[in-house]
Amino acid sequence: MHEWTLQEAARKVRDKEISSRELTRALLDRIERINPKINAYVTVLHDKAMAEATARDETQAKGEALGVLHGVPLGLKDIFCTRGIRTTCGSRILSYFLPPYDAAVAEKVAASGAVLLGKHNMDEFAMGSSTETSHFGPTRNPWATGRIPGGSSGGTAAAVAAGLCYAGVGTDTGGSIRQPASLCGVVGVKPTYGRVSRYGMIAFASSLDQGGPVTRTVPDAAMMLGVIAGHDRRDSTSVDLPVPDYPAAAERPVKGMKVGLPREYFEVEGLDPAVRGAMEKALDALVVQGAQAVEISLPHTSFAVATYYIIAPAEASSNLARYDGVRYGYRAKVAGGLIEMMSRTRAEGFGAEVKRRIMIGTYALSAGYYEAYYGKAQKVRTLIRRDFDAAFAKVDAILTPTSPTPAFRLGEKTGDPLTMYLSDIFTIPCNLAGIPGISVPCGMSAEGLPIGAQLLAGHFREETLFTAAAAIERALPHPPVAPLEGA
Amino acid sequence: MEFEAVIGLEVHAQLSTQSKIFCACSAAFGAPPNENTCPVCTGMPGVLPVLNRKAVEFTIRTALATSCAVQSKSVFARKNYFYPDLPKAYQISQYELPLALAGHIDIEADGGTKRIGITRIHMEEDAGKLVHEGEFAGAQASLADLNRCSVPLMEIVSEPDMRTPEEGGAYLRRLRDILVYLEVCDGNMEEGSFRCDANVSVRPKGQKEFGTKAELKNMNSFRNVEKALEYEIRRQVEQIEDGGTVAQETRLWDAAANVTIPMRGKEEAHDYRYFPDPDLLPLIVDDAWIDALRKTIPELPAEKVARLASTCGISRYDAELLSSSRALADFFEASVKIYGGNPKVSANECIHWKDAVAAGKISPETIAHAVEDRETGKISATASKTLVELVIRTGKPLRQLREEKGLSQVSDAGALEETVAKVIAANPKEAESYRNGKAGLLSFFVGQVMKETKGKANPKIVQEVLKKKLG
Amino acid sequence: MAITREEVLHVARLARLALSEEEVDRLRDQIGNILDYIRQLDTLDTREVVPTSHAVEMGTPFRDDSVCPFGDKEAILSNAPDRFEDFFRVPRILED
Ligand SMILES: [Mg+2]
Ligand SMILES: [Zn+2]
Repeated sequence: MHEWTLQEAARKVRDKEISSRELTRALLDRIERINPKINAYVTVLHDKAMAEATARDETQAKGEALGVLHGVPLGLKDIFCTRGIRTTCGSRILSYFLPPYDAAVAEKVAASGAVLLGKHNMDEFAMGSSTETSHFGPTRNPWATGRIPGGSSGGTAAAVAAGLCYAGVGTDTGGSIRQPASLCGVVGVKPTYGRVSRYGMIAFASSLDQGGPVTRTVPDAAMMLGVIAGHDRRDSTSVDLPVPDYPAAAERPVKGMKVGLPREYFEVEGLDPAVRGAMEKALDALVVQGAQAVEISLPHTSFAVATYYIIAPAEASSNLARYDGVRYGYRAKVAGGLIEMMSRTRAEGFGAEVKRRIMIGTYALSAGYYEAYYGKAQKVRTLIRRDFDAAFAKVDAILTPTSPTPAFRLGEKTGDPLTMYLSDIFTIPCNLAGIPGISVPCGMSAEGLPIGAQLLAGHFREETLFTAAAAIERALPHPPVAPLEGA
Repeated sequence: MEFEAVIGLEVHAQLSTQSKIFCACSAAFGAPPNENTCPVCTGMPGVLPVLNRKAVEFTIRTALATSCAVQSKSVFARKNYFYPDLPKAYQISQYELPLALAGHIDIEADGGTKRIGITRIHMEEDAGKLVHEGEFAGAQASLADLNRCSVPLMEIVSEPDMRTPEEGGAYLRRLRDILVYLEVCDGNMEEGSFRCDANVSVRPKGQKEFGTKAELKNMNSFRNVEKALEYEIRRQVEQIEDGGTVAQETRLWDAAANVTIPMRGKEEAHDYRYFPDPDLLPLIVDDAWIDALRKTIPELPAEKVARLASTCGISRYDAELLSSSRALADFFEASVKIYGGNPKVSANECIHWKDAVAAGKISPETIAHAVEDRETGKISATASKTLVELVIRTGKPLRQLREEKGLSQVSDAGALEETVAKVIAANPKEAESYRNGKAGLLSFFVGQVMKETKGKANPKIVQEVLKKKLG
Repeated sequence: MAITREEVLHVARLARLALSEEEVDRLRDQIGNILDYIRQLDTLDTREVVPTSHAVEMGTPFRDDSVCPFGDKEAILSNAPDRFEDFFRVPRILED
């Protein structure tokens, strides 16, 4: 039953074909067998999930109104605070943190009737593209356990791909939902900035972070976004707009849609031929169904990574300053004074990648450098936004690869941070512009590694993404649950 | 060589809101440790700030009352530094784009008025409190209480327009009075809701350029500010006269020793890495909002003093005493509305009973009736005082107490004639002497009449009747 | 763009990160490389460009001034690595 889609599972519970208890038990058992192979979960809520499932079944037996995800087991990236449930953000510094509050996303998922199975592994503080920087060890790609699942929501993508939950919620600051979705053969959505509340979602780069669904199908992603989207007064950057019927958008025909192909994205050095081939198939699928391909230009694309690697670390250096060993989390044992306590706590509590970004961000904001780095990057951010504004005056959606290559091997890029950063080249511009993006499977490499296509649309045009992505999904062979050896 | 001082003041005023600036915790003073805290103000992971509208309105009203230009767009920034009383390790404050710019306050100086410029007014959050070793039973440690974290503050920065400690004191008092009149800050320096730092330098008189300035902190009363400025100016002048130079530094006022001392430690190069807070969008203030708030600005202290002195026939000195509190001035005006009479007397009464007024123990009627009854001879001055005291004690109306306690005077000459005749008849020798020119005996007769009437006769009327009967 | 050891140490101090000798050297090289890459932004003329701080173009929303106590101080304090009564306890601030 783990191979059911989210929509199937929700319908079967609703129609009492299966109880929430049975479904939850089955997935917990599967997690027990499979998770040691891929390390997708940091925390599994064995007892709590079963208790929740029992309560769901009782609610249903009483004939009460049911939420859209009633009784369906899900998982959350361990970046969403969950009240009384350890929330680590993949870091040693939060390895014992028990939030006294729920993230807005956690509340919404609970309100939809879903059952929380556990918390997904991730790159430490969402800083990474491979889920290798987690304090709790790397997550492995369920399609090839010697390879990375992508990151930072690698645990979520791997869990969904391996059938360890029917859906998950990840976060995306520079591609952290779309890139792992692409590398794990699942669907991932980065909503418009302001669409999903950031309340209780541990901040990496506040002006770029956005939570979004990871699922096996496009209609599932649409359903899941419908659950987590919406205005929240506790997040000042949350936008007060009604939430459309996303699943309906996934059923609309793509006919007449203008799809832009940005020249710059296909000229990138190191674009894998298998990715290029899969992209052609995705485009064909859209054109066959009546979409119109339009060549466009996003001239500042090549500056996006540099812009991102100023803005994100700068904001992160400030957001992560609160981990000082005073109020919660890890504290180093020192004999010295306050400054030594704080400096040692942070040195021991953070991993290498987090420290590197804190250093870059602190440097970029420090006296004498602000204008040259942060100020400059914010201006280039404007140019990148304008590129998209101009493009969306001509087209409805933009089609690009999600990642230049399929999943690389564990350890392959850890020694060279810059090369790792450059693998986010296709996903970063979307965050800088605040627009929505989706990654949908569109093929397999010769080695059997999934490849994803990215679609981008204008602000709050998620419906367009679901329409186009569903068209690709209908036309191309859809990856099954990852066939983990012996599972 | 003659020197002059250049003084600029930075005031941090706590806004009198119910809740904090970015969360719904109580902003009240004096709660048990960490009682008024939540995930937001303790800087827990993932939590976000949402701006308190009232805090913005209070700051806009202050800006309007000090003739500042309210900015249609201002921006909250993060001021980054590590300290255990600062949970997020940054203070949300306005930096490059503050809410208000370029205003002024007029103060009294050298018998005239002097205009002191206000550079800017911006909003920010307060930090918590650290209790250091020695203040509790324990080890080499400090204790953090985060109740004050995120309490709303406005920072009011003056131009370096003041030249003497007295001008500094006058500016601070006037600013405090304005904030209290606006009801945006309680003005309490001891509890820290009105704090002042000073920038001071000296220069030879006539020189245009400023000297090197020192920043003074830790002055928790108006008197201390003036004393600290006096000391610091003298210190800098002596330093220069001795052939030395003034160091740019932060100095603390030591109120016990009456000196300023250099602040140790914190001299680590401060680099606050300000940048716009991505968790908050720009603060947009439109004209309609400003206009609506402009209508809520009450008559301010300077205007009130001028009006009371010119229209109520009281002295400027009394007008200032009355205007020291908006409530007292309102009380005075309400009282003279009930009974006009001689406003000077009413003013004296209001000033005399100002504590009872502040405590809400007496009403404008109390004073109006006391003054009216005295001026019409219904009660004596002593009885008036006794009656107001009784009002304070019992809460009963003054005139009811006057009847209950029988404190009215007999002012009717006819009613007194019989008693006067009786007293003269009983003292023929004294009457004889008086008639023979011993005028001093009049007071003897007054005393006898008062004794006979048990003190209820109006002494002025008694004298008149006596003179007539003895004449 | 070269960044010196001293700059690395200064930034580490601002960021309250106690770095080992080996970390200082490695970070100097890595940050230098990354800054070199970032300098490509200098080729863009942005004199007339307004900066983007937020992807959302609206004014900040407000909340009403009403008190709503969190009500679970214990849940906050119980996360403290060191606690004395209802305070967070920290080592004394030593001058260094
Ligand atoms: Mg300040
Ligand atoms: Zn609070």
